[in-house]
Amino acid sequence: MTSFGQKYPGGPGAEPLDIGTHYNFAYLDEQTKRMIRRAILKGLAVPGYQVPFASREMPMPYGWGTGGVQVTAAVLVPEDVLKVIDQGADDTTNAVSIRKFFERTAGVAVTGRTQDATVIQTRHRIPETPLTADQILVYQVPIPEPLRFLEPSETETRRMHALQDYGLMHVKLYEDIARHGAIATSYAYPVMVAGRYVMDPSPIPKFDNPKLEMDAIQLFGAGREQRIYALPPHTRVVSLDFEDYPFEPSKADHACALCAATGSYLDEIITDDAGGRMFVCSDTDFCQSRLSGATP
Amino acid sequence: MTPLLSVQGLSKSYGRHVGCLDVSFDLWPGEVMGIVGESGSGKSTLLNCMAGHLAPDAGRVMFDTRAEGPVDTLRLSEPARRMLTRTDWAFVHQHARDGLRMGVSAGGNVGERLMAVGARNYAGIRASAVDWLDRVEIDAGRVDDRPGTFSGGMQQRLQIARNLVTGPRLIFMDEPTGGLDVSVQARLLDLMRGLVRRMGLSAVIVTHDLAVVRLLADRLMVMKDGRVVESGLTDQVLDDPQHGYTQLLVSSVLQV
Repeated sequence: MTSFGQKYPGGPGAEPLDIGTHYNFAYLDEQTKRMIRRAILKGLAVPGYQVPFASREMPMPYGWGTGGVQVTAAVLVPEDVLKVIDQGADDTTNAVSIRKFFERTAGVAVTGRTQDATVIQTRHRIPETPLTADQILVYQVPIPEPLRFLEPSETETRRMHALQDYGLMHVKLYEDIARHGAIATSYAYPVMVAGRYVMDPSPIPKFDNPKLEMDAIQLFGAGREQRIYALPPHTRVVSLDFEDYPFEPSKADHACALCAATGSYLDEIITDDAGGRMFVCSDTDFCQSRLSGATP
Repeated sequence: MTPLLSVQGLSKSYGRHVGCLDVSFDLWPGEVMGIVGESGSGKSTLLNCMAGHLAPDAGRVMFDTRAEGPVDTLRLSEPARRMLTRTDWAFVHQHARDGLRMGVSAGGNVGERLMAVGARNYAGIRASAVDWLDRVEIDAGRVDDRPGTFSGGMQQRLQIARNLVTGPRLIFMDEPTGGLDVSVQARLLDLMRGLVRRMGLSAVIVTHDLAVVRLLADRLMVMKDGRVVESGLTDQVLDDPQHGYTQLLVSSVLQV
């Protein structure tokens, strides 16, 4: 079991360092947070549109969630309860570090329980438990531009978005079918947002794509690429496909080896050198709630 | 009858250097217009201005659209012009690499325009792609190969298939046979002549190869220093050139 709220430095039980006088609330200065909030509001006003913002240096390397962290910092208030997941898990390195970062710099309460959190920062998953209208889901995005590997020029991709020139996106799916007999894209599956912008939903498995139409606000932050985009609640999100090759959210064809759930996204865990493997829920909170008998 | 394309007073200069100056002509449905001239005579500038790749300084390019009749394409909104360039217009580049997506299979290349205008049926798109590969004499078995594995002539034919798949009415060609050896050129010309005749296409072909215009073009314009110095029926201009430069051009062709 992960334990939350450990004191740092010095491990469990140690008194927290008094950092209140050294850092502004949630690390970023207020002007920066205002700048990011403006980008977020613009993103919410134009769902799926990538809003450029002046991404800051964060005390972690690019690719570790600097975009998500900045968005989280900009939306956090002292009363918030924060949950951070990495590929669905609360206890992996990235999730633990980011959670500790905000415990330390914002002093907010943290949790592993999806339904208790008010802000959830995620890397590459949407929690299995449906989110509610008073929650915010913040995604860490490595490459916000869905057209990037089809058209290398940023100038040209922005023009393509402006003119809704999205034929190329389907060329990629066509190539998938021609080469593999099916749409082989299994994560970062492109979606059409509100009938206007094609958006990269960050590298979530395509199993999660149908969940993008939800009650909660979804914010996407790409730190290195300096882009923020957003999905307001109940925005229409359609995964791109062909009439004769419709979109299919897929997962490993097993039940969870721990909690026996059949409808959750599974990780494949290699258990020995003899080919032993097991499939378990990627959402650790969901799995543990089921095991402990609580309704997730 | 209204001309399909009517160019009026088109001018484009690069600073003090003249690209093309005060060019006007009408292109009628089903007609093929050839534009010849030496390098730097402004023929490619003219073509790119007409096709919307360059913004001319003055002039109008009226195109007879299916829905609204003649419109000035230079004043069209960018989305409307892009729509035109992937439905009613086609552009064949001299270098196939400029007009193809080299990282995408032949089928994907042909299908792109269909998908760009909303085709969402994989089987249908693939069937059109195979059909078009067949029409340009590329083996259907190569539909999933990338253009990089094709010969120069095949790449050029693939580019033509990719352009014609949406059934355009007007095709711009910039030196379509440049850089190909003569036997491949001959087959390509034969193919283009067949396609133009069968589909009732109108075409504007820019070339410095008089043999190409002799074979393909109904009418001919000769350009020199950005100006049109002579125009008329192809055979008339080539057999009885009036302007000094045209006479030079015609007499410079190597006889074998």
